Amino acid sequence: MSKEIPVIWAQHGGCTGCSVSFLNAARPAVKNILIDEVVPGTHIELRFHLTVMAGQGEPALEVVRDTVRREKGGYVLIVEGSIDPEYGRSLGVPLDDVARDALAAIAVGNCAAFGGLPAGRPNPVGYMGVGEAFGRLGIRKPLINVPGCPMHPDWLSGTIVGILLKGLPGPGDLDDLLRPKAFYGKLIHDRCQRRADFDAGKFAARPGDDGCLYELGCKGPFTSADCPERRWNNRRNWCVENGYPCQGCVEPEFADLHSPYWKKIPLEAK
Amino acid sequence: MRKISIDPISRIEGHLGIELDVEDGVVRDARCSGPLFRGFEVILKGRDPRDAPMFAQRICGVCPLIHAKGSVLALDSAFGISDRIPDNGRIVRNLLLGSNFLQSHVLHFYHLAALDFVDVTAVAGYGGADPDLNDLRAFAGRGPLSPLVPRYEGDYRFSAEVSLVLLKHYVEALRVRRKAHEMLAVFGGKVPHQCGMVPGGVTKGPDLDSIAEYLWRLREIQRFVDETLIPDAIALGKTYPEYMRIGRGCGRYLSFGGFSLAGSEADLSSKAKLFPSGILRNGAVEPLDPSKIEEELAHSWYDDSGAGPPSSGETIPLRGKDGAYSWLKSPRYEGQVFEVGPLARMLIGYRLGHGRLRETVDPALSALGIEIDDLRSTMGRHVARAIEAGIVARALEEWVLSLRPGEPFYVDHQIPEASTGMGLHEAPRGSLGHWVKIAGGRIERYQVVSPTTWNGSPQDSKGAPGPIEQALIGTRIRDPENPFEAVRIVRSFDPCLACSVQVIAPSGRKLVEYRIA
Repeated sequence: MSKEIPVIWAQHGGCTGCSVSFLNAARPAVKNILIDEVVPGTHIELRFHLTVMAGQGEPALEVVRDTVRREKGGYVLIVEGSIDPEYGRSLGVPLDDVARDALAAIAVGNCAAFGGLPAGRPNPVGYMGVGEAFGRLGIRKPLINVPGCPMHPDWLSGTIVGILLKGLPGPGDLDDLLRPKAFYGKLIHDRCQRRADFDAGKFAARPGDDGCLYELGCKGPFTSADCPERRWNNRRNWCVENGYPCQGCVEPEFADLHSPYWKKIPLEAK
Repeated sequence: MRKISIDPISRIEGHLGIELDVEDGVVRDARCSGPLFRGFEVILKGRDPRDAPMFAQRICGVCPLIHAKGSVLALDSAFGISDRIPDNGRIVRNLLLGSNFLQSHVLHFYHLAALDFVDVTAVAGYGGADPDLNDLRAFAGRGPLSPLVPRYEGDYRFSAEVSLVLLKHYVEALRVRRKAHEMLAVFGGKVPHQCGMVPGGVTKGPDLDSIAEYLWRLREIQRFVDETLIPDAIALGKTYPEYMRIGRGCGRYLSFGGFSLAGSEADLSSKAKLFPSGILRNGAVEPLDPSKIEEELAHSWYDDSGAGPPSSGETIPLRGKDGAYSWLKSPRYEGQVFEVGPLARMLIGYRLGHGRLRETVDPALSALGIEIDDLRSTMGRHVARAIEAGIVARALEEWVLSLRPGEPFYVDHQIPEASTGMGLHEAPRGSLGHWVKIAGGRIERYQVVSPTTWNGSPQDSKGAPGPIEQALIGTRIRDPENPFEAVRIVRSFDPCLACSVQVIAPSGRKLVEYRIA
């Protein structure tokens, strides 16, 4: 008998980009995660996901209510998008209703983790990340942040597989922003293939130039993620390799302190 | 009179609800509404103009490419460099956006729309040797087939045998659409939210390695589109023939045109485009004049004083406004309702005798035994989208082979103190426009009109319903508990709600009560 882990994926104020990124999962592929036993003897049961589920309207919402009733403490809540604590009782899946009885919550993308671009200056709606919203709503629940704009699919599948194999992450597994150290433990700047150019003082002056992109605004020195080694889209490429400065999309500073993206931040500023 | 409320509608981008008034089994009135507020236009104010593509593409994670492109086109024009983009830059932009057209069209047909027609439970009876289908069968044996059930019941017409083939294609299409994004990342760095397009061109030029990396993936996707997607769309049309009549809509079509084949992308009248621009009404195509676009607010939750052309209209939320029922505005062309999307592009291009459109479209029409104007329907939108994927795939092959390694792909520029720019292009879902105003070297004003704002718009000041609403009105709903007809019509437009509602109200004001019931 295969053990089943129900998953509710709730979309709040986001762009669906993290869902699309999840569909881009290649190692394991999205099919392995959703259909196969991704860990022997255990499988994911994605019960609610607005973009992929067949159901709609009332029958689909009933699946969520039923899961909350019957699987108390046994289902994983994945939150995508920025939270509007006042009105964001959201779109079929009210955050407080589904969060209180979950085993844990995983906040995917910069929006759910930290508020993301919708919380950018002047944050007209008052958006915030899941952790802050939990604080306001008085919800105490294990939370794992998997930021990025979008999150890398491996970061989410690795987090899920980790829970299935070892249980919830311990205190030493997450950094102070609640991100799994396995994926967010190293500075981009230290692993970047253009690091030798930085050390040699060879800088790109305009897009398309060879050399380190720091002078063009690269946020690699202030950003911790394994993009240079893992790369994106089935390990095909990543921002800096493509000549585009890192925007620091896994950090809480993404929306404001990292903008303008094409302006250098002095190294001593941080 | 019976009300049918379907909220949320799944398998679209973003959040959408519809409410139907049904009398004697026929939809008498339809209201289409969407509640998601983020406020990118407000957040962009005061920022460095070069940040616009990065923010704007995050309006939508399903079609970030088109928002990046609309934004760089608006900035190119504001910076005065529209006619100086090097060929390599123009072509790589086309390759980036075209890859996402393929990704989006494949995703829409198999993963968003097909579940309304294909019986997934057929897999339980599978007895063959296909690994994907056996994995699906094992999956079905473990539990309730989430997220493929619950679903509407009662109108799955394909035989078990054909259903299994289509389910196999559903799984294959997961790999194909992923590969389209890998292909995009060759020049885009990553996706969603690419890192390649910038005002002036792109950040990475072509070399032999990137051309080869792009090409082999494209060949595979091309083959899937020609041998699987298009035949499946035709099979769907033959199996559900009445949907060639259901959901016809407003009967007027608009296209901004796009995918420049040469020269300046800003020249709307240029014939050198894969998709021509134009409007189709009363059986004739007329040239497009963007100054005739106005956004109306009669039934939208905004102050009426903000109505007008996108280059000067304002967005002043007014919750609780009398007679309003949507956060979408109502874009109109000369005060009339227009549909946008692959069907619009196809009807306009075909009528203009554009390029090689007829030689691609005619075989599909004859396979279905229909005329071009029969495509004006729910099924026609699916068929047009599938055929268009074939057209785009062929064009991409020509374009990637025309790249010139070693030649420029970016032109330098200055950010002007004061300027305005407009970027119009076609998105997978239809016509998209970005308008920017720069003052003091910063963004003073930013406005977006997206495809679903056209298609999903509410009634206008004359009381004319939007295109999706018009397509719903008059439809016979056979079973109010399983309103297949309504959701099939809505999905044929491939709605994208995150793109359509980016406006917000002042902080702290109650905007909307999400309907949970």
